[in-house]
Amino acid sequence: MIQPVILWTDALIFVLLAVVFSFALYARNKEHLRAPWREVVRSRMAVASLVVLTVYTVTGLLDSVHFRKALPMHEGQQEVQYSGDVLSLLDELLGDMRTQVEKTYSSPFAMHLYTRESVIGDDGEQYRTFPRLEYGGVHLANREERSADIALRTGQALFQAVAVMLVLSVLLAAWLAKRWNLSLAAALRRILRGESDVPWRTAIAAIFIFAFIVTLTANLANVYHVFGTDKVGKDVLYQTIKSIRTGLVIGTLTTLVMLPFAVFLGMTAGYFRGWVDDVIQYLYTTLNSIPGVLLIAATVLMMQVYMDNHPELFETMAERADLRLLFLCLILGITSWTGLCRLLRGETLKLRELDYVQAADAFGVPKSTILVRHLLPNLLHLVLIAVVIDFSGLVLAEAVLSYVGVGVDPTTMSWGNMINRARLEMAREPMVWWSLLAAFSFMFTLVLAANLFSDVVRDAFDPRLRAQR
Amino acid sequence: MFAYVIRRALYAIPILIGVNLITFVLFFVVNTPDDMARMHLGMKRVTADAIEKWKAERGYDRPLLYNRQADGAERVTATIFYDKSVRLFAFDFGSSDAGRDIGQDISQRMWPSLAIALPTFLIGLLVYISFAMLLAFFRGTYLDISGVTLCVILMSISGLFYIIAGQYVFSKLLHLVPVSGYEPGWLAWRFILLPVAIGVFAGIGSSSRWYRTIFLEEINRDYVRTARAKGLPEGRLLFGHVLKNAMVPILTGVVVVLPTLFMGSLIMESFFGIPGLGSYTIEAIQKQDFAIVRAMVFLGSALYILGLLLTDLSYTLVDPRIRLS
Repeated sequence: MIQPVILWTDALIFVLLAVVFSFALYARNKEHLRAPWREVVRSRMAVASLVVLTVYTVTGLLDSVHFRKALPMHEGQQEVQYSGDVLSLLDELLGDMRTQVEKTYSSPFAMHLYTRESVIGDDGEQYRTFPRLEYGGVHLANREERSADIALRTGQALFQAVAVMLVLSVLLAAWLAKRWNLSLAAALRRILRGESDVPWRTAIAAIFIFAFIVTLTANLANVYHVFGTDKVGKDVLYQTIKSIRTGLVIGTLTTLVMLPFAVFLGMTAGYFRGWVDDVIQYLYTTLNSIPGVLLIAATVLMMQVYMDNHPELFETMAERADLRLLFLCLILGITSWTGLCRLLRGETLKLRELDYVQAADAFGVPKSTILVRHLLPNLLHLVLIAVVIDFSGLVLAEAVLSYVGVGVDPTTMSWGNMINRARLEMAREPMVWWSLLAAFSFMFTLVLAANLFSDVVRDAFDPRLRAQR
Repeated sequence: MFAYVIRRALYAIPILIGVNLITFVLFFVVNTPDDMARMHLGMKRVTADAIEKWKAERGYDRPLLYNRQADGAERVTATIFYDKSVRLFAFDFGSSDAGRDIGQDISQRMWPSLAIALPTFLIGLLVYISFAMLLAFFRGTYLDISGVTLCVILMSISGLFYIIAGQYVFSKLLHLVPVSGYEPGWLAWRFILLPVAIGVFAGIGSSSRWYRTIFLEEINRDYVRTARAKGLPEGRLLFGHVLKNAMVPILTGVVVVLPTLFMGSLIMESFFGIPGLGSYTIEAIQKQDFAIVRAMVFLGSALYILGLLLTDLSYTLVDPRIRLS
């Protein structure tokens, strides 16, 4: 028995998904919107980063389906009680990683704890040693077997990844063969020689790398702590994977929150001019002149006071942490809409003087219709570029804000929180470096992919840049 | 010119009032002083007396906007709004929730902040522009492509990583500079070196790429083609013409941040234990000292507005076409 839990951010993520989906449907039959996308997927860089982004997104989406499990029934109990732990689909998929908690730090692939402890031996004597882990590498008798075991499992993972890749490429080739009216072998040859329009070869290579990472994790993570464990013995890899959702939520929901403001205010300011323009300009100049971090810090502090004074609003810890995440997105959105708003205002000022808008005006088309039908579609590319470019900056900002202490809730798993904790671990002797490395490398992969992708998207959508090349 | 400066300065006043109102609403209306007191005193076992005492000590026990009990002008002045918000316009920051004089703290801690921020800014500008010029000079070649790729990689790494890695390598492994701390006077250079170097390095990716785009935009213009057609060497073209004309967009981004250098960098200062305004703010945030945060928000905005004013003025210096009237 499970009880589904829909957190606020979950709901918004699915709203966002619906928006993206409906935009894709809308753009499907519009040549001017399809052409830039076609150009995007022709770039090898974009295809490779798209694979990375898809893997992250799928992970984030799996982590956004939440539920609570029912507790075992006691004798004579009438109603089903649900556990206070809010789990996600991803938790189910990751299996035992969540529950395999050691005592304290252990290094990657370790079989023993990282610190000495007093242990009472079989002979009743007390001596200090590094005790064996409870879960990490328990299937091994001694340390010598470890390298062989890891090599064996890596080999298995490689084999599985190759199998996955082969199946996928044959499926892909079959699909493309139908589209190109070629035989399967010919289509396969075309893909592998890199002669296709869309660089499928790159996509397959990227998929292979990721398939290997996934199978490798699947093979190793349930018997080892691949990235070690943290201070309270939790698996670091599990935390990093769970942090993906937080990063994605901040990167996407923030823009979702700010878009309506930026688009509406920017367009009305540019179109109506006069006092409307003055008021809106005043509004964003004022907001813009407050240093971003300070405004965020002040607002988060105030929100914290509010939440501390109203504990009755939240049923579980997860709901509380989730609401804080949502507020953070709202606040980041409020501080970051000004740039896009100014851009849209300038562009609308230019567009409104164009003949077709003037003509629509002369025909007596209502102003709201002009805004929505004639101006908005011509601004969409700017909006899209802004969304894609902002994403990576926001993911990086989360880490900094959590470090300052105004980021996500300390109980939320996020890269910022991991880095923040790692600061103290770096000062230890010997140093604990793995959670820092895990957080940074996961974050780097996501941000790099997003940056590369946004470059291609910008080049494809910005007609000004296109003319320049 | 003079009239223009005056007018721009006057234009800043409504913005400052707006900032002031936002902070006032944020700090006193969203949460009442009672909430803040409860937060500071701990959630449990808070008596009404303790709250009243906490508020009275810090002057939060007055009405928000209008004091009915007072007479004459006091009706407006004996309020939280006048006491805590209006006074900010005279840069009178009052005392922090812990009882220290904020104005004095700021004037003391400004200098270490500046000692870090100014060299970072100047050296950074030099490095970024030179690097961007280099890439623009070799545009389209493998050097350019690999340089841009390097920029994208560098800007994808979190700034925190540069700090942590730099501290580890240069302080802990090589023992070249102290890990953190500060010392006033000329000896401060030992503590300044690493933060400045890291600050410059962390910005290379995004800044160089941005400057490169500006240069490339300029290089594609007609006057450059004409100059090249007349046989001007590429080097003189870049430094004599392109750099000069690219100054306008560069200045837009650069002059604005000049006054805000006083505020220091939150992250850098707290990692390196520099007693500047950045770490002051961070400590205030962590101790939830609302008075300091409020003061810093106002100060930061005022400096930013000053930066906007300076930007407008600097245009006239580099671009004779722009006449302020």
